[in-house]
Amino acid sequence: MTRIPVFVVAIAVAAVSGCGDKKAPASGKVSVVIGSVAPLTGGIAHLGKDNENGARLAIEEANAAGVKIDGKDVQFDLISLDDQADPKVGTTVAQKLVDTKVAGVVGHLNSGVTIPASAVYNGANPPIPMITGSATNPKLTEQGFKNVFRVVGRDDQQGPAIANYLAATVKPKLAAVIDDATAYGEGLANEVEKTLAAAGVKVLPRERGTDKTTDWKAVLTKVKGQNPDAVFYGGMDATGGPLLRQGRELGIKAVFSFGDGSCTDKMKQLAGEAADGLLCSQAGIPPQAASKKFLDAYKKRFNIDPILYSPFTYDAANLLIAAMKKANSADPAKYLPELQKIDYAGATGKIVFDSKGDRSDAEMTIFTMKAGELTPIAIIKSGKTIRYEDFIAQSSSSNAGEASKK
Amino acid sequence: MDIFIQQLINGLTLGAVYAVVALGYTMVYGIIQLINFAHGEVVMIGAMVAYTVIGALVPMGLPPLVVVLIATGCAIPACMLVGYAMERMAYRPLRGAPRLAPLITAIGVSIILQHLAMMIWSRNPLAFPQVLKVQSYTVGGATITGVQIAIIAISVLTMAGLAGLVYRTRLGTAMRATAHDPQVAALMGIDADRIIALTFVIGAALAAVAGVMVASYYGIAHYTMGSQLGLKAFCAAVLGGIGNIPGAMLGGVLLGVVEALGAGYIGDLTGNVFGSNYQDVFAFIVLIAVLVLRPSGLLGERVGDRA
Amino acid sequence: MAEALARLKRHPAAPWIGAVAVALALLALPFALAAVGTTWVRITNLAFLFVLLSLGLNIVVGFAGLLDLGYIAFYAVGAYVYALLASPHFGIHWPFWAILPIGAAVAALFGVLIGAPTLKLRGDYLAIVTLGFGEIVRIFLNNLSRPVNITNGPQGIARIDPFRLDGIDFSKSDSFLGLTFSGPIRYYYFLLLVLLAVIFICLRLQNSRIGRAWEAIREDEIAARAMGIDTTRLKLLAFAMGASFGGVAGGMFSAIQGFVSPESFVLVESIMVVSMVVLGGMGNVWGVILGAMLLSFVPEFLRFTVEPAQKQVFGRVLIEPEVIRMLIFGFALVLVMALRPGGLWPSAVRKRELAARDRSVAGRVR
Repeated sequence: MTRIPVFVVAIAVAAVSGCGDKKAPASGKVSVVIGSVAPLTGGIAHLGKDNENGARLAIEEANAAGVKIDGKDVQFDLISLDDQADPKVGTTVAQKLVDTKVAGVVGHLNSGVTIPASAVYNGANPPIPMITGSATNPKLTEQGFKNVFRVVGRDDQQGPAIANYLAATVKPKLAAVIDDATAYGEGLANEVEKTLAAAGVKVLPRERGTDKTTDWKAVLTKVKGQNPDAVFYGGMDATGGPLLRQGRELGIKAVFSFGDGSCTDKMKQLAGEAADGLLCSQAGIPPQAASKKFLDAYKKRFNIDPILYSPFTYDAANLLIAAMKKANSADPAKYLPELQKIDYAGATGKIVFDSKGDRSDAEMTIFTMKAGELTPIAIIKSGKTIRYEDFIAQSSSSNAGEASKK
Repeated sequence: MDIFIQQLINGLTLGAVYAVVALGYTMVYGIIQLINFAHGEVVMIGAMVAYTVIGALVPMGLPPLVVVLIATGCAIPACMLVGYAMERMAYRPLRGAPRLAPLITAIGVSIILQHLAMMIWSRNPLAFPQVLKVQSYTVGGATITGVQIAIIAISVLTMAGLAGLVYRTRLGTAMRATAHDPQVAALMGIDADRIIALTFVIGAALAAVAGVMVASYYGIAHYTMGSQLGLKAFCAAVLGGIGNIPGAMLGGVLLGVVEALGAGYIGDLTGNVFGSNYQDVFAFIVLIAVLVLRPSGLLGERVGDRA
Repeated sequence: MAEALARLKRHPAAPWIGAVAVALALLALPFALAAVGTTWVRITNLAFLFVLLSLGLNIVVGFAGLLDLGYIAFYAVGAYVYALLASPHFGIHWPFWAILPIGAAVAALFGVLIGAPTLKLRGDYLAIVTLGFGEIVRIFLNNLSRPVNITNGPQGIARIDPFRLDGIDFSKSDSFLGLTFSGPIRYYYFLLLVLLAVIFICLRLQNSRIGRAWEAIREDEIAARAMGIDTTRLKLLAFAMGASFGGVAGGMFSAIQGFVSPESFVLVESIMVVSMVVLGGMGNVWGVILGAMLLSFVPEFLRFTVEPAQKQVFGRVLIEPEVIRMLIFGFALVLVMALRPGGLWPSAVRKRELAARDRSVAGRVR
């Protein structure tokens, strides 16, 4: 019966020893702690690290420039935690951040993790502002939480973007929509189906595999029987690659299009020659289209190029800092209202939040696979399609303008 | 009509893959009544070893077929080793234990193999090098690729070879004797432990072949690829009558065709209430129906202990 | 000293004092944990959920000897019943004390549904069929979003109501007597209460007529039937009771997480619960609790110890805690079966019977 008390002591000891090394030495400045959460281990650890790097860069720049809040010098500290892309771990580490009383959170990466974790931040007293740079599921900001923001586009913006592009350029009469029965894949496929139907394209009844399906032949044969002009698949590259390859093997001539989960460089290995000509979309702008200032700073600091979402997490961390400066307080309750009405020129362009906490006029990018390379061909913003070259020309000129103002 | 033929070809190929994996289950079950849950993981390891070997050989500029053969040649002994180690370390100590014990061990072995493979070959899906050129042929409006023909041929050959081994050789006789009654077999001078170990090793060799087949057919290898495949193949083995070699083949092909036709036609038949999204359910429903209605499977003889 | 301790142990009041000490420790535990970090209260709550699940599965596997590899399906059913009846999805917001029993009942119904056709099957075949059922339930949850949207498919159901009792909202925190009762702490007490009730039920069951009948079925079904035991009814009862515990645990999981989706109910979760039962000791309530606690907490310790240690030594994480956790599960299953088939804390009956088996059938192949 003595088992339980011993257990308690063991927990306490382990926890204390785990937390002990976190205290940053204060150098006469007031420390403001900002949390960064992303999967740092597991299959998408490289993307998680990229997210963390973005936030870290922003904070280091702010510290170097020196920030005064309420008349005192402020030192920003970053706590970076690993949510393993697992919802259960996500709520646990979210609680850990709440326990450490962080002033704001940049994260998480996956929608499935961000949604339950957002409830933890919202339940804190006062609610802690969180900004995600990569969770695209609409549900995140539909929960009515005032402390939740996102600087990247939503699936229900990405779906229409790729679908409209498809409808405008390929002009299909009949389209097939397939998904992988995950929250991401189905959500995206639903939006594409809706948009295509609205554009007057007839859409076949939904076909579906799983996130582990590698044999798509039965489904594709059925699709081939209906002879569609376009096929959309909502899912990841591990399943999208075999799907594309088998589709071409069966002799399907339709244009294949994917969402961002399959809009990766891996497609050319997984699908081989079959990948050529595929259309796909990514939320936001490609990292190479972010501001030159950010790209150079990132490269200089981390010795690699940004991978995917780091421009967004960079902006997210900067937004938190900017709102604190405006409110002249790092107290979440005080600076949250400033965050809601912020108007900020970031590495990814102008950022304004709507009433739900989503970014107004978020961009989407359309890519095509050309000779084994994913090449951006168009940026979609406020329902308008802009050729990629034009967009780059525009943004570099606006960036230059901004620099001259300073 | 050409669509129907195409679906049959799809189903046959898938079924041939199931059949080769099912042979491994059926052999082990036939001899010691153990569902070797970890068999699917051996398939995965076969695919992974072949992936590494092909990756190393491709830059050397050998002819594609030679590369694939060498890769298979490396995968087979690697899997045999895994199969032997598994039997020796995990299952042999459990002879005489209650029946649930080896099953639970098998689940444990499967988890261990999966995660060791993940540590070696990473968590990411690996693009299996496409060294063989995809040659397509047209049959009655449907397409069949060279790889598909090879898969069907290999699976028929393995089944025939295995049947020959079990029914025509001394080793086969010893296997059947051990399966029938290990104690009496031991009295007849058969080393039951050796025979059981051999069964595992042969099953693992088949798994290696299946692994290379699956990975080169779908062009992808992943550390979790074995579990779902193993489960389906087990269903196939039960459907055909577990412990029965032609049964595994029949069960595999039937299951493959049921899945393909199910995914292809159920949607239209039910007004899209059910569709391809329930594809994975078919195998389990077939399994449950067979076990409830005819536990001995299609070709198996009735065994009292089973039901 | 040892003498004094032994005398103290013999004292008639000793069990009572011990019980009071344990009770006080359990009551104070969440505040001790919260002092370190509310994270640990959350971790404890999740561990309690797994203890509940393990106790439920123990009825089926440990008491009645029916290996169920699809147990997580009942957890899923309970979670979805709660989610559907207390969320904006259908706009229904029933109180939790009404839904939890419904969830338990629906899960029990599923238990019977799964049990009925598989009554004839035994051992490994039953295991495979239950595994299949578990997958079927998950696939249906994943696909029942069309043509009529029932489960919202893979999107899952969000904004599930937390427990509310008499104006107290379990998701908010407030202070009372100088102590801060945060959400997780409230759930801790609720879970503790449910857990105690379930432990009590399990202990009573174990030594009841039903418990002994299950044991008889586990040991020899034919002999049990010959002794006049209604094996059909009792096996179904085991399935139903085990399932209902899973249903209650699922409902609470739903409320605590506030979000459910089919990906929380995959096969690995079933296997995890089986590992807990097997490691702790099939059939022994205390053993099962120990197993569930160990396998829930050890990975958390690893997260806070092995990960930083690896970072210090190698500069990066070589073996992720998640992988170590799964390897522990795997090795626990293999090693326990090989070395201690009764588990870490075997039930008295099992221990006896394993010893007897060793003597009588040593060397037999099957």
